[in-house]
Amino acid sequence: MKNFIKLISIIFLSVVFFGQKAFTEESKKLLSTDWSFKGYFGKFDRASLQRGYQVYTEVCASCHSMKYLSYRNLAEEGGPEFSEEEAKAIAANFEVIDGPNDDGEMFTRPAKLSDKFVSPYKNDKEAIASNGGAYPPDMSVLVKARSGGADYVYSLLLGYEDPPAGVTLDDGVYYNSYMYGNNIKMPNPLSEGLIEYNDGTIATEEQMAKDVVTFLAWSAEPHLEARHKIGFKAIIYLIILTILAYLSMKRLWSRIEPKV
Amino acid sequence: MSDQNYVPSSKLGKWFNDRLPLLSLSAHLREYPTPKNLNYWWTFGGILTFCLIAQIVTGVVLAMHYVAHADLAFDSVEHIMRDVNYGWLIRYVHANGASMFFLAVYIHIFRALYYGSYKSPREVIWIIGMIIYLLMMMTAFMGYVLPWGQMSFWGATVITSLFSAIPLFGESITNWLWGGFAVDNPTLTRFFSLHYLLPFLILGLVILHIWALHVPGNNNPVGIDLKKPSKDTVPFHPYIVIKDLFALLLFLIVFAFFVFYAPNILGHSDNYIEANPMVTPAHIVPEWYLLPFYAILRSVPDKLLGVVAMFASIFILVILPWLDTSKVRSAIFRPLYKQFYWILVVDVILLGYMGAMPAEGTYLLIARVATAYYFLHFLIILPILGKKEKTLPVPLSITEPVLGGAPNPEIVKRKEIYH
Repeated sequence: MKNFIKLISIIFLSVVFFGQKAFTEESKKLLSTDWSFKGYFGKFDRASLQRGYQVYTEVCASCHSMKYLSYRNLAEEGGPEFSEEEAKAIAANFEVIDGPNDDGEMFTRPAKLSDKFVSPYKNDKEAIASNGGAYPPDMSVLVKARSGGADYVYSLLLGYEDPPAGVTLDDGVYYNSYMYGNNIKMPNPLSEGLIEYNDGTIATEEQMAKDVVTFLAWSAEPHLEARHKIGFKAIIYLIILTILAYLSMKRLWSRIEPKV
Repeated sequence: MSDQNYVPSSKLGKWFNDRLPLLSLSAHLREYPTPKNLNYWWTFGGILTFCLIAQIVTGVVLAMHYVAHADLAFDSVEHIMRDVNYGWLIRYVHANGASMFFLAVYIHIFRALYYGSYKSPREVIWIIGMIIYLLMMMTAFMGYVLPWGQMSFWGATVITSLFSAIPLFGESITNWLWGGFAVDNPTLTRFFSLHYLLPFLILGLVILHIWALHVPGNNNPVGIDLKKPSKDTVPFHPYIVIKDLFALLLFLIVFAFFVFYAPNILGHSDNYIEANPMVTPAHIVPEWYLLPFYAILRSVPDKLLGVVAMFASIFILVILPWLDTSKVRSAIFRPLYKQFYWILVVDVILLGYMGAMPAEGTYLLIARVATAYYFLHFLIILPILGKKEKTLPVPLSITEPVLGGAPNPEIVKRKEIYH
């Protein structure tokens, strides 16, 4: 039994260790902040999610789509939890092409809760053409699609610097100390006081980065709160069941003589 | 065996059992005499059965919502994660379940290696097991392609391109596998079809695996033949059932930890980027459980020979019962084998680590040495060791550790036999 536990833990640790070590080759240590959604009981900060949505829609959404989100998600449990009226009002700000109608014509109408987030460009080609040849990635699962996750996106947003001496940049290329290869085609999107938060929070760069990354973390993992909650119950349940199984086992095996 | 005398108590039961002896089978499974000194390493057979069934059940549900089309697969996985009720849970159980399945199968295989479970008269059990393992790797590989992320696409490209190393027919075979001139929609649909088929083949082989096991009966930590049933054995139910259940529950706690608190740690973040044939990821890495073989593949400079070495590393396990010439099964009585065994364990873990590193410089050198040692262990060390090694005296039964005389000090020292 002792050896058993030893080997299990060796394998367990080495898997976890390799898993992280093998895929994170970040030379520079990522910035982090007090994410409310980390840890076993992690939950999203609603106010931060709502502010994050504001940052996304006023800043990022001019180039970045979020095609897997629907406006109804904004009012769902575990998300920003806007009221249904608020979410409807948000949706109504966007126009979608629907149809064909009975005359066979396509028409535009205000978006409804059931509609997906409206993308800034008609297609990927237009997105690339409008951004100097770089595709602004869809942000729905972005946090899960980058090694380092929320910390990485947060660091990237705050990682704009003047290029070190001797480094020359092409036109439309910016220097970011966290970007792979340090060259990024997205200009620094955040600046102090860029937006005015509806709830009166002061819009520092750090605040905006934190809020929008929280929003992106939710959009990448919309059921994170349910997962943490169910996981806790499931593991407690398993532990109790394991203890009961252990006691039954001891009882049953006590009949076996001689002891082995 | 006692179950052959089994007579159902009810008249209906007897009528049915005479026509289809399912009740006799059930009685056999309950009474199956099992060595009572089996340690916890023996519980992984039951754990693996659970893993297979869990994968099939979650997989069937996922297939109800998944769309096997290059343009829609990625979207449909996101649909499962977002809109299907508990879809995130089902998918995370399935994805992490594959890793847990392999974790368990590696422990199961290394247990067999330590206690000599592959030796006569259990060679057929071992060979069926190796076929299952091979099918598992194929199934897992094709399953990893289905979400159609960047790693799916490029992993599929790298692995299927291996067949192009075959002389003369290489290119035709690769095109035939792809259903075209590159990994594309036809590749995805056939992988989906096969990914659904193979688990049922595995299930069939698992039944054969257990059937073949029930002919000679279980090996045990002491590695000796037992009289069955006797003082050395216990009926499978309830003694082994409850022990397997306890171990399974412990295993499930680890499993649940991954599913609920680190569901993506064993995957690669690039697989949340939709497949794009125009952009190659910086490093193409297979899933962790295939890394040792990936390291062997890359440590050979020639492409064809690399592929040969990779397949040979698995095939060599199939003929292991004839490579290991020692008559003594358990490593407990083989002081030298025991040491080589642990070196092999370290060697394989090292290969896995090198498989995740870029194939260059020191990494490549270490991978080459580890690959060479892997083959050396099976092809040279084992055959010679069986002839030269001075083994310790083996007991006649579990309850009477050594024939006459004092108990074997080695057994007394190693509590594992008694517990």
